[in-house]
Amino acid sequence: MDSTETPQQYSGSSLLAVEVGEVNTRAVLFDVVEGRYRFLAVGRARTTAAAPFNDIGEGVLRAISDLEQISDRDLIGGDDRLIMPAKMDGSGIDLFVATISAGPPIRVVAAGLLDDISLASAIRLASTTYSEVIETLGLNDRKKPEERLDALLNLRPDLVILAGGTENGATNTVVRLLESVGLACSLMQEEQRPEVLFVGNQDLNPEVEKRLGNLTNYSFAPNVRPRLEVEQISPAQHKMVDIFRSIRSTGIPGVSELNEWADMGMMPTASAFGRMIQFLSKVYDPGKGVLGIDIGASATTIAAAFDGELQLGVYPEYGLGRGIIGLIKDAKIDEIQRWIPMEINPDYIRDYISNKQIYPASVPGSAEDLAIEEALARQAIRKAIGAAESGFSSKLKRSGPGLLPWFEPILATGSVINKAPSVGHSLLTLLDAVQPTSITTFVLDQHNLAAPLGAAAPVNPHLSVQVLESSAFLSLATVITPVARVRHGTPILRLKVTYESGDETSLDIKQGALEALPIPQGEAAKLRLQPLHRADVGMGGPGRGGSVRVVGGILGVVIDARGRPILIPKDPARRQELFKKWLWTLGG
Amino acid sequence: MLAPVVHVLPMTRIRRHRLLPITGKVLVRKGQTVSALDVIGEANQNPKHVLLDITRGLGVNFYEIDQHIQRNAGDIVAEGDILAGPVGWGKRVVRAPSSGRIILSGRGKMLLEEESPPQQVLAGLPGEVISLIPGRGAVVESTGALVQGVWGNDQINAGMLRVLIKKVEDILTVEQLDIDLRGSVVFGGYCGDEQVLRAAAELPLKGLILSSLSATLIPVARETPLPIIVVEGFGLLPMNSSAFNLLVTSESREIAINAESLDPYTAQRPEAFISLPVNQVVHEPKDATIFSPGQKVRITRAPYQSQIGTLMSLKPGLEVLPNGIKAQAAEIELESSIRVKLPLANLEVLE
Repeated sequence: MDSTETPQQYSGSSLLAVEVGEVNTRAVLFDVVEGRYRFLAVGRARTTAAAPFNDIGEGVLRAISDLEQISDRDLIGGDDRLIMPAKMDGSGIDLFVATISAGPPIRVVAAGLLDDISLASAIRLASTTYSEVIETLGLNDRKKPEERLDALLNLRPDLVILAGGTENGATNTVVRLLESVGLACSLMQEEQRPEVLFVGNQDLNPEVEKRLGNLTNYSFAPNVRPRLEVEQISPAQHKMVDIFRSIRSTGIPGVSELNEWADMGMMPTASAFGRMIQFLSKVYDPGKGVLGIDIGASATTIAAAFDGELQLGVYPEYGLGRGIIGLIKDAKIDEIQRWIPMEINPDYIRDYISNKQIYPASVPGSAEDLAIEEALARQAIRKAIGAAESGFSSKLKRSGPGLLPWFEPILATGSVINKAPSVGHSLLTLLDAVQPTSITTFVLDQHNLAAPLGAAAPVNPHLSVQVLESSAFLSLATVITPVARVRHGTPILRLKVTYESGDETSLDIKQGALEALPIPQGEAAKLRLQPLHRADVGMGGPGRGGSVRVVGGILGVVIDARGRPILIPKDPARRQELFKKWLWTLGG
Repeated sequence: MLAPVVHVLPMTRIRRHRLLPITGKVLVRKGQTVSALDVIGEANQNPKHVLLDITRGLGVNFYEIDQHIQRNAGDIVAEGDILAGPVGWGKRVVRAPSSGRIILSGRGKMLLEEESPPQQVLAGLPGEVISLIPGRGAVVESTGALVQGVWGNDQINAGMLRVLIKKVEDILTVEQLDIDLRGSVVFGGYCGDEQVLRAAAELPLKGLILSSLSATLIPVARETPLPIIVVEGFGLLPMNSSAFNLLVTSESREIAINAESLDPYTAQRPEAFISLPVNQVVHEPKDATIFSPGQKVRITRAPYQSQIGTLMSLKPGLEVLPNGIKAQAAEIELESSIRVKLPLANLEVLE
């Protein structure tokens, strides 16, 4: 199905979702229990996209078979196909959705006119799926026409995104770029030719058809820069999903079969995850955004949605698998080292990263390796948020310039967080990496359900809502972040807690502190916040406070007054002491 | 659970698809015996182009230019050949700036594809061409000893194996690289010194098999003009005992080094191969299996990285590791007879 079609609402009850990840393939089962949708079970198998299988089918069938055993439910019939719809004997399912993140990133050449206008938008469009921009072509790049040609011929991209020209604007310069692309296609062997996505001045669509018509697959999406000051990525994002699906189907055996099985066609996992975050942003406080973080082996995905508007960034270079080497290309090793609570030689960290690239499925086997892995996760998330932030509107509410906009909630998933030794490890990793401001809730998607639910949302929105409200998603904590420019140790927040029982506690929070209030999970409390020294707690501006009702997560309510950005001491002993203290505060 | 497999085998039969990335010429025939350095096929993969502005070069009117052009698309030209002109009393001409082939000609412009040496795909191992893949390459089959690595610097060569390692944890030093090693393939231990790689290139060696390499030396190793294979990984890691014993006992044999980089999607991985005659049926090794008790496994992450053990039992459900992580695990008996519980994700079957 074309991703732009309106899906039919679906009336059956059970759903099987398959997610083909870079390392693992997961089969997730949902069904109605006592009148409400519930997450029932998950089956797992190694992904078989790579050699020696080179076909995702083996991994998919094994994951479903694992799920059959766990759930004691037949899902595959004697004809080796899914039993659909579900039968009276309990076998089978009513709906099947699939997502994929496995496979090498799509190799993209982004072409546009001005570097910070159409070319930047083309690059941003590329980052909405698992891709790597291997070359950019622009008006200002000083490349000769033959150098552009050689770049396209030598790099052999999977996709060329061609942007440029506002609506009713430039045409000739865009045509010159188009000529280079057309000429390169004509000189390439047929099987090497890239797909071309034109997202520029729509007046040029006939010209694109004329020049690329018989040469290669091309498609159109609305102009990503209809006016100089307006960027519209979302409509073209749907086309990127179709192109991703097409490239994956031809590149990895078994994908087209899975695509046929899936009721709405297979989606990139990141797009499905983004759709879920977008959906949540319509449910929660419109004054804040909703932030989703998925840190996986194939990529780190940042999905930020503001009142239904999604901004999706998929960063394979910040994934914790084969792309992990991107972290040391972009960052100095001490940027990673600062997050490690013990003294570890920088060379050991480099060795660790290179070994992880070889064995992306491996897990930390020692305390030192776990510390490095969690440090890498912090750095990867920080880098990915930094990259995504360039697309955030400057009009969003923030606690100060250079700080992240306000989000409620922040939903996170990924093995490194979900399989951490404790929820304290998970939350501390997230707090250090995201460094949120104002008042927010951290929610852990401990079973990686957001993407499957996002994939199913168009046909079964009730499923998404009801599973979200269930215990499948774990509320880690409500986090309050006072931001103030004062010395370490200065009181910045006076806090009065009124518990449901009527008990009251008061405390002063000092700059640099990380404190946890033991408000039991699911229990509400009233907090009276009185900022000191013009601290901003996200209640209307610096120095403004008030009362707020909060609900405790598994770690209660956390006040993170460590400053923004968090400054980590360089001295390893002091660092170790601090991390120990913070972790102890969060339950160890 | 599916298990990755790595091969360290004293006698096996292997088949390798040796393919060009784009369509080109296949230069071998079925049944042909090849050496590691024989060319299987070649293609002009990364040609350079020159766009010539003939109108400007001749200084004539755009509408008259076509009558002055002397060469057509498809023509092969040598450097200095006249492409257009002469024009005017000065006999102005446009000459080919380099040898090559004219790709396009018209509207006052000419596109020249410069002649460049074709890129070749080498056999990578000695053996017999058992089938051809038209336009792309061939399948080479051979029997002998195989050691697979985890990292390579994308070069191929072959030579006599010389062993400079006495214990699995040895470190290769620059002092060990004597002149009498020139032209040989050296089996060393861990390399953490850039000078070792420079000395290997200066001798020159024909190849280097290392147990491990410092990750800081990756850029240097990539540039070193001889094939380098890393068997275990990065950091100070000992060589696994199976590979160590196999290579030590193969000293003075001819060994082919195909240091292709690891590509999980094409099954391409760096490997060293010693061709050996067989007088019995030898089968190809399995590339995939399922974890089960009795298997010989290699440990891929610390602690115990690069050690070999026997899988004694698979643990049901998830186990809590000493660092607090939960994972599917197995009990492994190390060669030292110590039994440890390790995550399956950190094991690969060695066969």
